[in-house]
Amino acid sequence: MSSPGSGNRIVQWIEYRLPIFSWLDHTVGSGYPAPKNLNYLWNMGSLAGVALVIQIVTGIVLAMHYVPHGNMAFDSVEHIMRNVNYGWLIRYIHANGASMFFLVVYIHVFRGLYYGSYKYPRELLWWIGLAIMLLMMATAFMGYVLPWGQMSFWAATVITNLFSAIPLIGEPIVTWLWGGFAVDSPTLQRFYSLHYLLPFVIAGVVIVHIWALHTHGSNNPTGIDVKGPQDTLPFHPYYTVKDLFGLGLFLIIFAYWVFYNPNYLGHPDNYIPANPLQTPPHIVPEWYLLPYYAILRAIPDKLGGIVVMGAAIGVLFLIPWLDTSRVRSATFRPIYKQFYWILVADILILGWVGANPPEGYFILIGQLATAYYFLHFIIVMPFVGWFETPRQLPDSIATSVLDKGGGADTAKEGAP
Amino acid sequence: MTGRRPVTFVRPTLAVVAACVALLAAGPSMAAGDVEAPKSPGFSFQGPFGTYDRGELQRGFQVYQEVCSACHSLKYFAFRNLRSIGFDEVQAKAIAAQYEVMGGPDEEGEMFERPAVLADFIPAPFANDNAARAANNGALPPDLSLIVKARAGGEDYVYSLLTGYADPPADVELGEGMDYNPYFGGGQIAMPPPLFEDGVEYADGTKASVDQMARDVTTFLTWAAEPDMEARKRMGIKVMVFLVLMTVLLYMVKRKVWSDVH
Ligand code: HEC
Ligand code: HEM
Repeated sequence: MSSPGSGNRIVQWIEYRLPIFSWLDHTVGSGYPAPKNLNYLWNMGSLAGVALVIQIVTGIVLAMHYVPHGNMAFDSVEHIMRNVNYGWLIRYIHANGASMFFLVVYIHVFRGLYYGSYKYPRELLWWIGLAIMLLMMATAFMGYVLPWGQMSFWAATVITNLFSAIPLIGEPIVTWLWGGFAVDSPTLQRFYSLHYLLPFVIAGVVIVHIWALHTHGSNNPTGIDVKGPQDTLPFHPYYTVKDLFGLGLFLIIFAYWVFYNPNYLGHPDNYIPANPLQTPPHIVPEWYLLPYYAILRAIPDKLGGIVVMGAAIGVLFLIPWLDTSRVRSATFRPIYKQFYWILVADILILGWVGANPPEGYFILIGQLATAYYFLHFIIVMPFVGWFETPRQLPDSIATSVLDKGGGADTAKEGAP
Repeated sequence: MTGRRPVTFVRPTLAVVAACVALLAAGPSMAAGDVEAPKSPGFSFQGPFGTYDRGELQRGFQVYQEVCSACHSLKYFAFRNLRSIGFDEVQAKAIAAQYEVMGGPDEEGEMFERPAVLADFIPAPFANDNAARAANNGALPPDLSLIVKARAGGEDYVYSLLTGYADPPADVELGEGMDYNPYFGGGQIAMPPPLFEDGVEYADGTKASVDQMARDVTTFLTWAAEPDMEARKRMGIKVMVFLVLMTVLLYMVKRKVWSDVH
């Protein structure tokens, strides 16, 4: 897609009335310059978009056969699995697609955290991204309730019950959420309605996310600003082809789960129909919510647990200020870089604790890991930013690409 | 949990309390009886190219029919599914015709018993859960349609459970009507050992050892839980080959496009 309307009369006709071709060109075409040094971590954004589309398309097909009623939901999912043509395929794509979606989005977020993509002038972009993450968590949680298995039911019970910790109005709120006096068919029906709605809200917020992104362009592994055309490449064909290659790898991993291990990421209990009279021995969420679950349970008080779990995500909104370093990319921050990896390990430990029953040493480990999580953002981030001497930054993206990995001969402090 | 005010309904209170208990103190009750890790006899359907052995499937159905169906339902299994596990139409119809199902209403509005046809689902042994419990010492024999997917360990677990009955160790006090089975959570199960040497007489002449019957019925139950597994794995191979080729191609294109960037 070079200059819009190149020759083709139909294209020109449309372009004159609706400049969609030049719009496309500026969004993902040759008219959108991107830093030339982006690494493969920059593939995750487009993959997340693909994952969202896959969820919406498979979800719409599932919705044609699914019955949102307490007495029929479980059977209708089995009907999809057994009687609908390729229903098993659609459902396994949808169920594993949620995991793949979170996988790429989490890598995407950790990428931003490492390269300082939340710093000036991308704060709003970062917040919008966090909003997408929150919406995804809500969507996936409500989706997990739909098959109406034991884990569906009890996860819904545990999570909605959290609201009862709100002082005074907690109980009425829970009753209102449930649409009755227990998790039951009305709860399922409203979750279904919202599960259908929220992905489209996500799609809308994604558009705003990309709008904000295109205002200042992508950050890059050096974290320094683009200084001129020598630092960039046209998005098409360079990054379109790179994104397509990444998509191939993504689909291979995705297909492995769908075709060869489709139930591994789920919980066996969700193949037992929901039973309000029988509590499963361990109620666990899907893997992508385990770290938050560990934080929730680290606090021995219900309300406290909720507040702290909320704060765990809330603190991510504050890091544009908590990070005091003038340098964006951790590549040039020898001390902070180490703390970054400790944080990653800490979050993995939280996930592991979340998967285990809260007993014995798991309780202590969970509490220590939770404390460290907050310590990282509230203490380590600002103080390391103040006291650390960053390595010298390369002159420009172009020079950093020329002498790969090596030195910054003529040094300059980074933006902003 | 803190500060919960009493709720007037019994069921929600129970549910809430149970959930909170599970949330904050789960585990120890279950973990108490150290459960033995299931043993893996090796099944033909495991692995990326695995398929169900038709002989095992048909023998497994026979075991279900002659043994397990006395207590367990198999609600997602229709007689037409017999075709998929290798019976021909005549055999499948003959098997269906052995069962009586409720038909009707006829012109007078009366319900009547009629022989089952291929479209019917295999009838459950009990009219409802309460009847099932009453006949089984208070324990509920679960529906077996999804049992292989509904238990950690899957087919290995079911096989181990069926072959795992043993005399209780000296320190285990068995409850009334319970049997010792180290693979079952808690070690005590309300299902009496269902399989005995030559408990069925296989139509194909295979010797009906406990191990053989357990293996056969487990294969059959895996099929019942995942009837499209073979189609899934077959499609998976094609998809994988396609994706790998496409990705290699895209990689080469990417190299080519980027070759002028330094
Ligand atoms: C006499 C009735 C009876 C027969 C026959 C019987 N079962 Fe059971 N089965 C039960 C009962 C009762 C339970 C519930 C046990 C409990 O909860 O302690 C059960 C439970 C099970 C379970 C679930 C164990 C778990 O992890 O919860 C499986 C699997 C099972 N049976 C398989 C079989 C198979 C396969 C056969 C046929 C070979 C069979 N049963 C025959 C009564 C029976
Ligand atoms: C952000 C995108 C989405 C995510 C993360 C998501 C996630 C999930 C999850 C985790 C499940 C449970 C799967 C299982 O264990 O069986 C589920 C089920 C379901 N979803 Fe979605 N979903 C998304 C979008 C949609 C959309 C757009 C629709 C409808 C148009 C939809 C319709 C359904 C239906 C009908 C089910 C129940 C069937 C089943 O459980 O397989 N989903 N979803």
